[in-house]
Amino acid sequence: MKIGSPKEIFEGENRVAMTPDSAVQLQKLGHECLIEAGAGSNAGFSDAAYEAAGVTVVKTAAALWKEADIIAKVRQPEAAELKRLSADKTLISFFNPAGNEDGMEAAKKKGATVIAMEMVPRISRAQKMDALSSMANIAGYRAVIEAGNNFGRFFTGQVTAAGKVPPAKVLIVGAGVAGLAAIGTSTSLGAITYAFDVRPEVAEQVESMGAEFVYLDFEEDQQDGAATGGYASVSSPEFREAQLAKFRELAPEMDIVITTALIPNREAPKLWLADMIAAMKPGSVIVDLAAEKGGNAEGTVKDEKVVTENGVTIIGYTDFPSRMAAQSSSLYATNIRHMMTDLTPEKDGVVVHDMEDDVIRGATVTHAGEITFPPPPPKVQAIAAKSQEKPKEPTPEEKRAAEEAAFKQATKQQVGLLAGGTLLMLLVGAYAPASFMQHFVVFVLSCFVGFQVIWNVSHSLHTPLMAVTNAISGIVILGALLQVGSGNWIVVILASISVLIATINIVGGFMVTRRMLAMFQKS
Amino acid sequence: MNVGIVTAAYIAAAVLFILSLGGLSGQESAKRAVWYGIVGMALAVIATIFGPGVGNLMILLVMIAGGAYLGQMVASKVEMTEMPQLVAALHSFVGLAAVFIGYNAYIELGSVKALMTEAPSVLRGEGVYAWLKEQGVGGFAEKLAHKDATEIAILKVEVFLGVFIGAVTFTGSVIAFGKLAGKVNTSAVKLPGGHLLNAGAALGSLILMIMFLNTDSQGLGMLYVLIMTALALFIGYHLIMGIGGADMPVVVSMLNSYSGWAAAAIGFTLGNDLLIVTGALVGSSGAILSYIMCKAMNRSFVSVILGGFGGPAGPQMEVEGEQVAIDADGVAAALNDADSVIIIPGYGMAVAQAQQAVSELTKRLRGKGKNVRFAIHPVAGRLPGHMNVLLAEAKVPYDIVLEMDEINEDFPETDVAIVIGSNDIVNPAAQEDPNSPIAGMPVLECWKAKQVFVSKRGQGTGYSGIENPLFYKENTRMFYGDAKDSLNKLLTLID
Repeated sequence: MKIGSPKEIFEGENRVAMTPDSAVQLQKLGHECLIEAGAGSNAGFSDAAYEAAGVTVVKTAAALWKEADIIAKVRQPEAAELKRLSADKTLISFFNPAGNEDGMEAAKKKGATVIAMEMVPRISRAQKMDALSSMANIAGYRAVIEAGNNFGRFFTGQVTAAGKVPPAKVLIVGAGVAGLAAIGTSTSLGAITYAFDVRPEVAEQVESMGAEFVYLDFEEDQQDGAATGGYASVSSPEFREAQLAKFRELAPEMDIVITTALIPNREAPKLWLADMIAAMKPGSVIVDLAAEKGGNAEGTVKDEKVVTENGVTIIGYTDFPSRMAAQSSSLYATNIRHMMTDLTPEKDGVVVHDMEDDVIRGATVTHAGEITFPPPPPKVQAIAAKSQEKPKEPTPEEKRAAEEAAFKQATKQQVGLLAGGTLLMLLVGAYAPASFMQHFVVFVLSCFVGFQVIWNVSHSLHTPLMAVTNAISGIVILGALLQVGSGNWIVVILASISVLIATINIVGGFMVTRRMLAMFQKS
Repeated sequence: MNVGIVTAAYIAAAVLFILSLGGLSGQESAKRAVWYGIVGMALAVIATIFGPGVGNLMILLVMIAGGAYLGQMVASKVEMTEMPQLVAALHSFVGLAAVFIGYNAYIELGSVKALMTEAPSVLRGEGVYAWLKEQGVGGFAEKLAHKDATEIAILKVEVFLGVFIGAVTFTGSVIAFGKLAGKVNTSAVKLPGGHLLNAGAALGSLILMIMFLNTDSQGLGMLYVLIMTALALFIGYHLIMGIGGADMPVVVSMLNSYSGWAAAAIGFTLGNDLLIVTGALVGSSGAILSYIMCKAMNRSFVSVILGGFGGPAGPQMEVEGEQVAIDADGVAAALNDADSVIIIPGYGMAVAQAQQAVSELTKRLRGKGKNVRFAIHPVAGRLPGHMNVLLAEAKVPYDIVLEMDEINEDFPETDVAIVIGSNDIVNPAAQEDPNSPIAGMPVLECWKAKQVFVSKRGQGTGYSGIENPLFYKENTRMFYGDAKDSLNKLLTLID
């Protein structure tokens, strides 16, 4: 099949859905790759680089749409682009199906298959094609960088000859993929980072990234993210009040606030209200990653940077990934490539659109002349349900008590064994004749010596140990040697065979042990 | 040589054997320890041959020479990957020899008894023995003649036990050999009736022993012994048939132990202290090895013997995600970037004969200044310490080959862990899923490394049939293919 990526026509979109690297991998799947001339130039991939990777450069968009069987692009396609689809074509792109009835209708009419990258279900197997996550990761990183760009101070605290600089304080609201990426960037720049999320189970992740989780004083069954596929959902009014109160308390201290709170298919919740902005210090920065859905902060203007009366900068850009086109293109192209890997199970360049597959089914919004959105819930649970409480760490006293108990237990066991053993010996001694007891003493002592000696054998020498014991258990030869002189011919024959095989044992065992031991070398 | 000198030689031999086993505590002292064992054995055999009561010297020498020739041939030809088979085969010899010697003891007892009844009644005490000597009774038979009724009863018990243990060891080892050599189906096979059959056979043997003790007829006694032998042979066969491949380390150590007890039982029969000492040493050695192996699988000895894994205690944790494959380029790139690497070999490495390639890889990575180490699980392979021997053969220095307890804590600081042909011993389910059949088994925590590569033939589960969540972890990549081919491909990419 031919896979082609056109140049994005959306104003200011720098990304591209295919990179030279991803093209190499796509070709390994048996596909042919096409690219529109200049498609990668804004992301730093020249046409020559594509050609070097074996990609055919096509002059115009029209020719590309005509020639390719599968069109991979980034932005939601525009009406003009959808017109170019036909029944045998597949489009892989962001599609926003929930808010794009017209687009789906148009694709359905054409009979084309559309795979919407934002619809890839959130299950572990599909993580590698989860473009929302890879774009969110970039947005989170870039949000911090953008904030730093507009913040007139250092992130990290310093003590210099010219005076002491306090570290910046950063609050990140919403610890999803973007939030966690922002936390990582912010802490590694040296800021004191706080993070909040309505799902308390992410506190561990937040803390693992080096930020401090902001807890609320709120007693209620807080929601379990597992029930909603890992996304946050709408919270109760009481909860919201507690949350806002906490933000109000934090607002005057924070230098930078990055809000990333989104609820699927809803307007972004307003979390950073006008009074909080008013309480912030002049020069503070708010980056609102929810600007596309109306913004978390009051006063956010989509795609713009505004400065409030008290000198707080509010950034409402929605094109963070596009601002880092080289990075986001390579991640997005990899997501697309993984999607293609799933679509070509035999790696023979033949696309199998398996509607039984959770991932493919979930992402497909139109197929074979029908709208297949919304998809049924995936068969596999998105993330594991909340884990049970961790076992409590034992206190030092408990530990000591446990050790003492174990010691007592061991003592008891040993004494019991000794007592039992002695009793058994006495019993044997009472009945057995003296000649037997002599041998029995030897036997018991040897067992004892054996146990003491063998415990010290190094684990790595267990095989040589077995070979040596094998060899010395050939000692049964002594019995056969003593019997071979018998007058009875059956005895002689049996004894001679025993001598033969016991000798094999002895010689073979010792020789193989020597061979093995000679191989053990120190470096 | 008189009896005193022979006994002295036996004492020396016993001491040497103990030193020989004790010396195995370290790789260097072990090289000396083998010589203790060899000298001890030579002393014992020579003292016995030239001691009192040995006849048919010609046959003896021929047999010893033949055995020695065969033994050295086997020992110098055997591949290190075939060690488990060899060990099992050698066990079977001890078992068979024990059976024969037990028979002989009983036959001799019968003929001595028969002679005694023919002895002229005028003879008393020492006179009888002198007369017996004239009849050509010497050596072991002479000793038998001196025994009183209780001693003879005990002797019969010893004979019976010796033959029983020997026979179980014999067929058990033969089956173990077959399984290890791939000549017998390695999965657990049981006849209908399962362990009831074994229990029945054991009970039958016990009844036979009581009948054997109560009969005075030599012919009937021999018959009982032969029937018991058949039952014991069946027990050995059926017991080991019912145990699956990955439990082989326990089985081989167990048979090792049995062969020791068989030797000890023969020692009692013959009244030979050196046999008793050596048998007891070997028996306890095997018992300890079995214990260590069981501990490493977190299973009781009984459950291993009863075969197969016990049913899971509840629904097993769902494994989610998918196995992500990677090619040699990817592994090579990761290895070139890594500073510390831990390699976890398993039975699959032995099967693919990949140890040389592993060694070469180690050498190259170490040449680039990387910290490469090996993590060995106690039950990796089919024999205790199997992996150590294979790696030693491939000239991997033993000081970078570490035990589980020594290295398990280092995984979080490790860049790359490579799993070659192991499965259950790296299964995180043992720790994470209380319902897993292997829950609680100590495992190598390789998933804590930054990246894990698993070299594996295909997507199947291991011997135990347990899904391995390790293969689905985010930091795990599956490097499919025959271990040897995969590694050789990798070698061309690491300069």
